[in-house]
Amino acid sequence: MRYAETGYNLEVDLSRGNIERVESDPKLTELHLGGLGTNAKILWDRVGPEVQPFDPENLLIFSAGLFGGTPAPGANRTIVSTISPQTGLMAFSMMGGFFSPELKYAGYDKVIIRGKSPDLVYLYINNDKVEIRDASHLRGKGAVETQELIKQELKEPNAHVAAIGAAGENRVYFASIEQGRSSCSRAGIGAVMGDKGLKAIAVRGTKDINVARPAEFFGLCNEVLDYIKFRNDNPIPNVMTILQGLGSPQEMLHVDEKWHTENFMWGNSRTRRRDFWNGEIETKWKETQESVRTRLISCYNCPMKCGAIISVPGISTYMMKCFSKLTYTMAAYSDLDFGFRIAQRATEYGVDGFSTPQVMAFALELLEAGILTEKDFPGMPDDAEGRFYWLLDAIVHREGIGDVLAKGTYWAAKEIGNGAEEFAHNNIKKHEQLPLKLGMLNPIYFLMYATGEKINITQIEGQFPQAPFATMEEREEFCKDWIQAPDEKFKDIVKKWEFRGDYSMPFYPGVQECCEIVDWMERMHYIDDSLGMCAGLSSFPLKPPYHIHNYPKLISAATGMDLDPDGLTKIARRNRTLIRAFNNRRGMRRADEKPPENHWKKRFPELEAQLLDEYYKFRGFNNNGVPTKEYLEEIDLGYVGEDLEQRGIYNE
Amino acid sequence: MSKVKKKIKVIKVDLDKCNGCRACEVACAAFHANPKYSSINPARSRIRMVIDPINDEYVPIRAAEYTKSECDGRNVYTINGKEYSECSFCGASCPARDLFKEPDSGLPLRCDMCEDDPAIETPMCVQWCLAEALTYEEYEEEVEEEEEQVKLGEMETSLKSLVDKYGLPKLVDSIARMSQKG
Repeated sequence: MRYAETGYNLEVDLSRGNIERVESDPKLTELHLGGLGTNAKILWDRVGPEVQPFDPENLLIFSAGLFGGTPAPGANRTIVSTISPQTGLMAFSMMGGFFSPELKYAGYDKVIIRGKSPDLVYLYINNDKVEIRDASHLRGKGAVETQELIKQELKEPNAHVAAIGAAGENRVYFASIEQGRSSCSRAGIGAVMGDKGLKAIAVRGTKDINVARPAEFFGLCNEVLDYIKFRNDNPIPNVMTILQGLGSPQEMLHVDEKWHTENFMWGNSRTRRRDFWNGEIETKWKETQESVRTRLISCYNCPMKCGAIISVPGISTYMMKCFSKLTYTMAAYSDLDFGFRIAQRATEYGVDGFSTPQVMAFALELLEAGILTEKDFPGMPDDAEGRFYWLLDAIVHREGIGDVLAKGTYWAAKEIGNGAEEFAHNNIKKHEQLPLKLGMLNPIYFLMYATGEKINITQIEGQFPQAPFATMEEREEFCKDWIQAPDEKFKDIVKKWEFRGDYSMPFYPGVQECCEIVDWMERMHYIDDSLGMCAGLSSFPLKPPYHIHNYPKLISAATGMDLDPDGLTKIARRNRTLIRAFNNRRGMRRADEKPPENHWKKRFPELEAQLLDEYYKFRGFNNNGVPTKEYLEEIDLGYVGEDLEQRGIYNE
Repeated sequence: MSKVKKKIKVIKVDLDKCNGCRACEVACAAFHANPKYSSINPARSRIRMVIDPINDEYVPIRAAEYTKSECDGRNVYTINGKEYSECSFCGASCPARDLFKEPDSGLPLRCDMCEDDPAIETPMCVQWCLAEALTYEEYEEEVEEEEEQVKLGEMETSLKSLVDKYGLPKLVDSIARMSQKG
């Protein structure tokens, strides 16, 4: 019997209409755990660098994590991996919700999709019965609407459905996959799903998941719940509100948006409005949010309430989480009511809430600058809100200029030319970033932005404080019950770290310390992503219930594997390095590891070069950002090193 | 007849507090696995969530009596402007739906308030509900002493459903035959 995992993957070839249930190799669980780790292994083995995102050979993998479906609170993430049409690199967008536990209960760890269906179809998985079904009647339907229609036609109210909207069908480079209150939004994986002719996957499962040492595992889960209760009752003092608690930022709960609206940039990540927030706006926005927010809701087996049901009068109900309430609002220089209204249409279309508003604001900047002209926007209204709706429709249906914009700011700027590149200013590796422009270089964030394979800061940053504490008392207070720190040196850094003087940014924490902090942040994310654990209970917030000290015990009790923090660290590094090598094979090098030029006003080119040099060394990469053959050997990825050598990547 | 004290166990459900995470199902399924906690499968849980997010319907229901036939017609209640089918509050293991049936055998499941051996103080579903949508209360009530009613155990409930399906004579025949074979 396999523990924690089912031991089976579903292989679906949409070109031939072939479905197979394939046993997976238990050895791979020992090496990579599951989820993102084993997805990366499959992509390395089966998708060569010659495969383009919209080739039938590109795989689209829906994976549960190793802990999915076990009682571990928060282990509900679905990790979807493929080649991103936008970056050309591995995309591994993830969603919470209910899909992956249901998949495990149906008896599968992963659904591996290849080929392309000639007609639009959806996949229905009901335990051992798996069908490819006609979806021609669902063409153009909204992603939320599609989920409801499929559940109705299957007469399965308990099925969970992941679906794309029109944006995915039309291969918009920032199309999402939507499911309940959750979505896989980043890097355009919805476009790959649409390209494969797959409208949705519906899953229903009623089988068991077993763990190796049940009573011990359940006991550890109870400890996790107790710690969550403790943390909910004891917010962390001396940090700003959204950093005090667990979960993803509690945007559906909080109505005070002074910090975001005055610190994040408006428009095409351009304007900071320092005096935006006032009593009048606060009253109005509070009223807006409370009038549309029907209920705060959770993902599977998680006590946090990061999502909400949103019912705006006159338009159909949808669900939202995190920050998307503000991305459209701020890109359009509008208000919260507009944000909730346009997000409904955007959710039905199935587009990413970060890239989409930036692309639209970028288009309007190009119009203002005369690089695009009125002729490019026939029939576009004059008001800010009307323009955004017009642009959203044009992009999703790929009409006129929308067809170009649908590729995101990087590719659109290249195609438009005439100086448009200057306006696609907020990208790393061709991917739109948070609308954030800051003063002093932060060396820790520099490394995470530059080198993170996720290309998305919120999925890299983590348990180390974002800023120093003002007084020694506050630092002592923070460190005294900081059980999550891997060792004492991180407490020493926090205690020395100052706002000004010798121990302040950008030269403190020092280069070596920065590497170690980033290593810790990364490690936790890679563990979470292989277990299917939500970062909101682990790698993302300060003082989470899961950490490097209790994870090995949980994994051992769940699987029977013998694991300690060092062993787990090695697995996390192996997964991290395999994805790096995969991206190297597709052409990614040091030259690509650049945060936007204007991300910080005060830059330090020498220090930045030194940070990259040392980080690469620390990671076992050569100076071009490629893992060395020796290091790959050391982490049992010798075959990867041989491949990179044969391709001549070490000779560059 | 003399009065006796009887312990009444109550799980209070606050629908407004429910966040729909289904931790109650997880805890119940794990607790009732044999050996304890060895398998997780919400389909085996004796508490299930009825969830319809679009209508903001979130109702945990507890497996109650087995019934061999579905109701004649159904009520739909409107509460604070929201429509609920009466099934959303009904814990019966009934042929109209797939709730509260052992997924392997199809036999009915029933909540035992975790009166397992050894008994625990608070039912597992309540313990795992950090949203406090489920809370537990006990109180004592004085009742007329009456002859203790025979309470059907899990096996008897299962047998009853088999009787309904195949008829008592057939079932008795089968059991007699099986016991002869030893």
